[in-house]
Formats: sequence, C-alpha cells, structure tokens
Amino acid sequence: MKPIATTRSTSGMPTGLLAIWWVVGSEIVIFGGLLGSYIMYRLSHDAWANQAANTNTALGTLNTFVLLTSSLFAVLAHRAAESGDGKKAARLLYYTIGGAVTFVCVKAFEWSTEIAHGYTITSNTFWSFYYTAAGIHALHVIAGAIIMAIVARDAAKNMELQRVELIGIYWHFVDIVWIFLFPLLYIAK
Amino acid sequence: MSEESHTNYVKIWALLVVLLAVSVLGPMLEIQIITLLTAFGIAFVKAYLVAKYFMHINMTPRFVPYLMVTCLVFMLLFVVGTAPDVYKSEGTNWKKTAEWQYMPPSPADHGGAAEHH
Amino acid sequence: MAESIPSDSPAVADDHHGHEEPSFWSKYVFSTDHKMIAMQYMFTGMAMAVIGGFMAYAFRMQLAFPGIEVPGFGIVTPANYNALVTNHGAIMIFWVAMPVLIAAFGNYLIPLMCGCDDMVFPKLNRLSYQIFLLSAVVLLSSFFVEGGGFGGAWTAYPPLSAKAEYSLTPLGSSIWLGAVALEFVAFLLGGINFITTAMNSRAPGMKLYDIPIVIWMIVIASILFLVSVGPLIAGAIMLLFDQQLGTAFFDPARGGDPVLWQHLFWFFGHPEVYVVLLPALGITAEIITVFARKKLFGYKTVLHTTIATGVLSFTVWAHHQFISGVDPRMAHVFTLTTLLISVPIAEMMFVYIATLYGGSIRLTTPMLWGLSFIAEFLIGGVTGIFLGASGADIYFHDTYFVLAHFHYTFFPIAIIGTFAGLTFWFPKMFGRMMNDRLGKIHFWGTIIPFNFIFIPLFVLGMGGQHRRIFDYSYFPELSMPWMQDIRVLATSSLLIMLGFQVVFFYNFIVSLRSGEKASKNPWKSNTLEWTADSPPPHGNWKELPTVYRGPYEYSVPGRDEDYWPQDQPN
Repeated sequence: MKPIATTRSTSGMPTGLLAIWWVVGSEIVIFGGLLGSYIMYRLSHDAWANQAANTNTALGTLNTFVLLTSSLFAVLAHRAAESGDGKKAARLLYYTIGGAVTFVCVKAFEWSTEIAHGYTITSNTFWSFYYTAAGIHALHVIAGAIIMAIVARDAAKNMELQRVELIGIYWHFVDIVWIFLFPLLYIAK
Repeated sequence: MSEESHTNYVKIWALLVVLLAVSVLGPMLEIQIITLLTAFGIAFVKAYLVAKYFMHINMTPRFVPYLMVTCLVFMLLFVVGTAPDVYKSEGTNWKKTAEWQYMPPSPADHGGAAEHH
Repeated sequence: MAESIPSDSPAVADDHHGHEEPSFWSKYVFSTDHKMIAMQYMFTGMAMAVIGGFMAYAFRMQLAFPGIEVPGFGIVTPANYNALVTNHGAIMIFWVAMPVLIAAFGNYLIPLMCGCDDMVFPKLNRLSYQIFLLSAVVLLSSFFVEGGGFGGAWTAYPPLSAKAEYSLTPLGSSIWLGAVALEFVAFLLGGINFITTAMNSRAPGMKLYDIPIVIWMIVIASILFLVSVGPLIAGAIMLLFDQQLGTAFFDPARGGDPVLWQHLFWFFGHPEVYVVLLPALGITAEIITVFARKKLFGYKTVLHTTIATGVLSFTVWAHHQFISGVDPRMAHVFTLTTLLISVPIAEMMFVYIATLYGGSIRLTTPMLWGLSFIAEFLIGGVTGIFLGASGADIYFHDTYFVLAHFHYTFFPIAIIGTFAGLTFWFPKMFGRMMNDRLGKIHFWGTIIPFNFIFIPLFVLGMGGQHRRIFDYSYFPELSMPWMQDIRVLATSSLLIMLGFQVVFFYNFIVSLRSGEKASKNPWKSNTLEWTADSPPPHGNWKELPTVYRGPYEYSVPGRDEDYWPQDQPN
C-alpha cells in the first residue's frame, strides 16, 4: 500500500521522476570528484600520455557505440511505455540489457588483455585511475542492468510503467559518464 | 508530451554515432588543438544531446537543469580550489623526483599531449 | 497503483490477517512507518553517543592521569589512545549527530510538519536505516580485529591512513573506511527521501513560505550533504585501493598526492559542519518562537540566509589545511570566504535574539536548551574567526584551541540541539510529558560542566598544548603543574557531565512509563504535527490537514488565543 504522500506532486513532477534527478545529481558529484582528480593529475604529468597510448581505442570506441545504442533502446522503451505498450517497452529494455552485457564483456576482454600485457592497477597512477574510474562506471552499468531487468519484468505485465522512464534517465546518465570517460582515457594521448 | 513524440530518436542516435566517429578520427590529424576540440568539445555536445533528447531535461521544471548545473559548478569549484596544490608537480626550487622511477618523465618537458603516441 | 502492491510489505501482510495487531517484528524492527524509523535512528544514535562518550572518558582519564588503569577500560596504550580519539570523533559526527539530528528528526518531523501520512518512499527509508545500522555494527567490529580500531584521526589523512606499516591497523583502517562509506549510502538514500517528501508531498495550501524553518533547514542540510559527499566517496574508494590493493593515489613516494585527499575530505567535511548545524538551528527556531510566543523575526531573511550559508559553505573547505602546504595564494582566498561565512551565521544569531526581544518567554526545559544553544554556539563561532584567518591559524593549528573551538560548535549542535528537540517533541513522540524539574537538573548539570571542560582547553591550547599527544609527561614544557591541573579540571568536569546524563535516562524512562499524559498540543504550538494525536497513529491523521497560513502566527492582535494553528481556516 503506497502512502498518500507518494501520490502527491506539489513540485509539479511525479515523485519518482523528482527522486531520480536527485540521484543523478548525487552521482554527478561522485564522478565529478573522481574525474576532477584524474584531470588534475593528468595535466600535471606529461608522462601519462605515454601510458595512455597503450589503451585500446578500438575497443573503447566499440563500447561507446554499444552504450549509445543501448541508450537509444532505453528511450524507445520510454516512448513505448508512454503509449501504454508494456510488452514493447519490456522488449526494448531487454535490448538495452543486451547492450549492457555486451559492454561488460568487451570490458572484460579489454582488461584481461591489458593485464596480460602487464598493465595492472598498481603499475602506476594512470592505470590506477584507468581501472578505478572504468570500474566504478562498470559497476553502475551492472547495477543499472539488474534494476532494468526488474523494471522490464513488471513492464511486460503492464505494471509500474512510469519506472521505464526513470531507469532510462539513470541509464542515459551512465551513458553520459562514459561519453566523458572515453576521451579522457582513450582519445587524449 | 506532444513535442517529444515528434523527436526522431534514431536520427539523434545517428548524429551521436557520427560525432563519435569524428572524435575518434580527430586525433589522427595529430594537431593538439584539434585533438582537444574533437575529444572534449564533442563530448560536451554529445552529453548535451543525450541530456536534452533522451533524458528530456528541458521538459522538467526549471530547477532540475539548474540543479545539474549547480552540481557541475561545485565540481569546477573543487577543481579550482584544489588544482594549485595538486596540479603542480614542480616549483621554482623543487621537483617531485620520487615519482620518476615509477613513471619516467617524458623527454620533452613541455611536450603536448599529441606528440606522444 | 492499487494493482502494484508488493506482497512483502508489512502493511499488506497485516491486511491479509484481518487487521490484527502487527507482530513485534513488523511493528518495531521492519516497520516502514516514518515515526518508527525515526525512533530507530534516535535510539541507535543514543547508543552510539554512549559509546562515544565512554571513549572520551577513557582517553580524558589517560590525559589527566597518565598511565593509570582507567576504571572500566584498563590501561590505555598508545594504540588504544589513537583508536579511541579517532573513533570518538567519527562516531560523534557520523553516528550521533547525523542520525539523530537529520535522520531521526527529519524522519519524524518532515511528514508530520508537511501534513502527509508517511515518507514518499517508505521502503527506501527502512533500507536506509538498515544500512545505517549495518554501518554502525561494522564500525564497532573494527575494534575486535587484528591490530585494533583505526587510529589515524577521523580525517584519515594519508599516508598515515593509507599504509598499514604506518597506521599499524591493517584491517581496522579499511573497516573504518567501509563503515563510513556505508553510512554515506544510508544518508544518501535517506536524504533523497527527505528532499522529495518535502518538495512533493506537502499538505494542500502549504506554500514555500509556509514550511516550518526546521523542515527547510533539514532539507537544505540534506541537499548540502548530497552535493558535497560525492568527492569523498570517490576519495574513499581511492584510499581503500591504496590500503588494500597497493595503488598510489595518495602516496607521494610513488607519484600520488596526499594533499588531494585533504581536499576531497574537506570539500565534504566543511559542508558537513553545516549539514549538522542547520537542523539544530531549525529546532532552536521552532522552540524559541513557541516559548517566546512571537513570530519568527524575518522568516524570509532566515531562509535566504540559510541558503546563502549553504552555498558559501562550499567555498571555505581549505581553511582546514592552512599548514598542510596548500598554495599560500589560495590561503588568502579561503581566509576571505571563511570570514565571509560568519556573516550569515551571525545574522541568524541576531534574528533569534530579535525573536526573543519583547516576547513573553517561558523558561521550560526545551527553551533552556534552545537558549543555551545560541549562547554556546556563539562562543564556538567567535573562536572560529581566529582559526579562519590563515595568519593566526599557523599558530593555533593542531592545538587544543582548535579542539575546544570545534567542540564548542559540535557540542551545541549534537548534544544541546538533540536535547532541545527531544524534550520539545517528547510529548508528541511518546504521548507523555517529561518531568520538567528533572529536565532542568539535567540541563544545568550538563551545561555548567561542559563549559568547565572546554574553556580550560582553550587556555591550554593558547599555552601551546598540541593535539594528538598520548602522554604529556614526555614533554617537559607541556607538563608543567598548572597545565596538568587544568587537564585534571577538564577531566573531572567531564566525569560530572557524564554522571548527570544518568538523570536524563532516568527521567526519560520514568516519563515514558508514568509521565503525565500529554494532550494533542501541550505547548500551544502552530505547526501541523501538534494537530495529530500524541503519539500519532500509523498514517498520522484520519483526514490529512489543509494549511491556511504560515507556521509562526503567535500573539496575533485581535485573536482570543495567542496562537493560530496552521490548519485552522480562521
């Protein structure tokens, strides 16, 4: 039984939507602190460029493409949910989860190759940041995929369709974080 | 939400993919300023496109984009306050030599990022 | 949404059993009711306060009588001493001030004062408490692992905190960090709940300027927490990797920068002061208006001042690092901003005094706590000016002057603020009045010894007594007889103060069982929580209230009564 409080919307936004934006705000500062630290270290160490030259741009690009595409599925799922088509929304959400799984698999392959070449988290601070930042991001991808599976299961039964938009907003945020991680870790060499 | 249903999400996605391609190809010119512009300028454009067309941030009440910008501004503030300490790895009379054995300094002291690959 | 009832919700489970009395577990332990969660936070916070107080007792005894066997603790070794000091600080801020002032009062007051039946996400609320409880257990468990509890001070500066060969607590430091991180997660979940509830679920008619100040303050504090804690979460992960994986984010020998941690920490750490200060200020505002029977002087001024304080609090953090080797040019900037932030806080003090001016003041126990909050916090604020100026801070830094200064801010916040709120809302929370006489004995028995603990410490600090020293007898110039006498004075005052807390617990328990029954509105207050039954039932009201005016319409001319509740049409 939901309390009456949950159904009110004095601010003019549905409660869930309001809360998810606050979640995004709190995530911005987590990644902001991490990437801010990385940028400061990076700018003060020219030598990091030599290290960054060893990251795999092709796989990074592939992963960016995968995440952008999964974001497209998430927003299409939102549109389907808004028109009341829970089945279609669920199907599109499963495609999004597929994108998450692909992303994590590519990442696993990439990391194992790098570790095999001797670039581990303790090699030097560039690689520490590389694994930490991408790792925290990957955790967000995994957590998002799990939540999305729950949302999709309900959406298939036409339940809680408003949640499709909420998990979508979170997913797009995770996408945006990667949009910034990608040039920071792979492009700037 | 009539405005939104007119948005062609696939077109936005295609635009994002084109931008991605540009940001990957840009550094191949090996001109530092272009690398920076294509890598980070395009990242901001992509983030804007995702926030506007996928997250629909412009359809939320105005305080939401303000809140997001405030969070970013505070992060910028953090970097501004911290950078004078962390950014400098050498001063007029000192250098952080201890770290060199883990990551040797690049041969050109003030070399640009694009010169190494 | 009726079709989406999750089957595991206790409320639903009750319905299936035909409105029976809920079982002990679903009523007290796994409740989603905001009032019960508030009580859980309150009692957990109190238990942690007892533990934190016991730690203070142990290390103060060691300082006053070096090397004695402390009754109830035993010999305090240097490692013990470090662990006690560190965890005293961490517990009192993260496990006492935060849960009691924000989580307990926030949980209790936000739905009641905003006129709704519960938090917007009751299950998230319950999860938040459970994570918090877990974090407390994890923290306490760090004392029982190899090497003992973490002893690198609550600020956990690397490289001391990052390397086991320096801190000598290979596991304790990581467990401590994990507990702090869990606690942050709990308060992020709780904070989002508070903000969303206050923004979205206010009673019909309650406009922005009709919200009681304490709700504004708790919400603004939650926002400050939410926006400032991110860098420290990132930093905690980096520090954890430094400790356990051997990375070198903060290791200067391998290219890291320990000052970065200090920035990450204090970028959160300074707003954190305001995170706990604001709810205490808000509680004081409610109490002062009720017991002075006067409208709050300048409601909008207070509100805008609070927001200004919140924004400014993000610009002052490096004043904690003046002697850490920060860029001296930045030290100028941070000195300026630090002195600036005293302006809005001073303004707040003047507003409270102006509210009192010409009021018909009733010196009840909650009012005494409220007034003493203003007086004691003022001392804390004024001594902060010395420390905020980078030139003076070079001499004061890491002495007992700093220690006495921040205890003069945190004690009023965490202890006086809590007692003020608890004695004020006790009738609403438990349906009975507290004994006023015992309450006043407890008040004086706490306030007088408190000043006798910390004013001497100011003197010692100005005498050059350094912090973080286990036994001053190793330092001839710091163990002169007069200095040792002052240490004994402070410690014995602490013993007296701790002793008087027994009066509080006695009063609490006796009033709970056999106190005078409280009416709905014993203090004749305006805000909405006083229109519910004492204690409010599940769902708070049979019919949710509507709001017609602001919360501080006391002594309005032309009315028979000197108060005008928010929910009365005229």
